[in-house]
Amino acid sequence: MADHSGKNFPTPTKETAPYWEGCRNHQLVIQQCPKCEYYQFYPRMMCTHCSHGYMDWVTVSGNGRVISFTVIRRPISPAYKAEAPYVVALIKLDEGPTMMSNIVECEPEKVFIGMKVNVVFEDWSEDISIPKFVPQK
Amino acid sequence: MNSLNGKVAIVGAADTEVGVVPHMGATQLCVDAALRALDDAGINKEQVDGLITCNSMAEPYMYHAEAIAEYMQIFPRYCLGVGTGGGTTFSVLHHAASAIATGVCDTVLITMADSLHSGLSKEQAMAMQASTGHQQFEIPYGPTVPAFYALAGQAHMAEYGTTPEQFAAIAVACRKHANLNPAAQKREIITVEDVLNSRMIADPLHLLDCSLISDGGSAVVLTSAERAADFKSPPVYLLGVGEGHSHEHISQARNLTTSAAAESGQRAYDMAGVGPSDIDVAQIYDCFTPTVLIELEDLGFCEKGEGGAFVENGNVELGGSLPVNTHGGLLSHCHPGNPGSMFALTEAVAQLRHQAGGRQVKDANISLVHGQGGILSSHTTLILGRDKH
Ligand SMILES: [Zn+2]
Repeated sequence: MADHSGKNFPTPTKETAPYWEGCRNHQLVIQQCPKCEYYQFYPRMMCTHCSHGYMDWVTVSGNGRVISFTVIRRPISPAYKAEAPYVVALIKLDEGPTMMSNIVECEPEKVFIGMKVNVVFEDWSEDISIPKFVPQK
Repeated sequence: MNSLNGKVAIVGAADTEVGVVPHMGATQLCVDAALRALDDAGINKEQVDGLITCNSMAEPYMYHAEAIAEYMQIFPRYCLGVGTGGGTTFSVLHHAASAIATGVCDTVLITMADSLHSGLSKEQAMAMQASTGHQQFEIPYGPTVPAFYALAGQAHMAEYGTTPEQFAAIAVACRKHANLNPAAQKREIITVEDVLNSRMIADPLHLLDCSLISDGGSAVVLTSAERAADFKSPPVYLLGVGEGHSHEHISQARNLTTSAAAESGQRAYDMAGVGPSDIDVAQIYDCFTPTVLIELEDLGFCEKGEGGAFVENGNVELGGSLPVNTHGGLLSHCHPGNPGSMFALTEAVAQLRHQAGGRQVKDANISLVHGQGGILSSHTTLILGRDKH
């Protein structure tokens, strides 16, 4: 495992634990409404589409496309120095929701809006794996 | 109709020294701004029965407004300290106006200050930056504050063909105005080339597309339109105010290129009974250049997608069809964080009093002031007038 110490580790909550457990298993697990079938991200105790009070957890494709991105030239902190310049992007999943992530295994200059990407997982510790995206082959 | 239009007036407005002010702390700047605004209004502190402040990063208090009241030994019956700035600054003006109109209090002092340039350690500044964004779903990816706004700028470029030169034109206009403002932190004229040649921070934002880091404070005094005549300075009336709130985190935005300024603006126009073509001078929140461009479109000064063409031919400069940020804005006048929007407000007052000196917009009668905060999250639009209408 590469050294990720000092990075801004997420702190899972009761509400988000199934998502992070999915990430640890290298699966993108998000919420879907059993009533209206709406997919949502991030996890919540309600459906934001129909207000249904319970959401199912489902494994999704991990495919999406870049809807915007930027290249960070000066890292947020020394722990991110090794990967600078790095791409912070918004990815719209094929199932609908948008999430922030990094585009990796790709020159920053090659990233474009509309680019098709799919999820990969970066292991930061025993408990935390972070979903990132790579260009679709 | 039960509307705030014409019911409340700004009767005092003043800024502290701004820019790099190492000889004063954030609390002192807050009180200094208050004293200057009271002096401008021609009243003493005993006449203030409402106080609103925003918290300071450099010298925070759990109950900030109470701390300032205690410091000044004033004893308000309406007292509120808010934790954020940007659009919130004008949201609290909305609250204060509502409180005055409903008789909750008579005279409200809004004073805000911070010392982000001189009062924070480098570690505090980095920690502040790293605290912006969703702890689980954004921050792990290492975004910076400029990066969040860059995502909106980049999306606008892809969707509408907006160019870095067009974003740069906004920074150039603000600097041109700051050059005419002796109080501004950055006054040397810059060109589009200077902006494009400055260091890339987060594509497409160059260093000169980003606002300043400053010390400073600013305050206003509000009272009812009936009482306004008793004050020393000519009143500036609140004609319209509207808010729009769409998200906190940029990854949850409904749309990257259209903000809730469209809603706040329409609500303010409706209350004031005016439209974009009636505005003589505008102060538009300019933390980063794309913010201004998107807001100009959402506030109806040009069609969606035409902001780039609107700003590149001098429309937003003094002498243009809509002078914007005539004090120099956050990009060139000063940006002490939470209080940032206040300087746009005091500039609007100066313009409407026809006291803006070398940067005065001739015959300015109606001004629009727009604040936003978060990441294009929370928006409030004010429309102010020299007359009640
Ligand atoms: Zn539902």
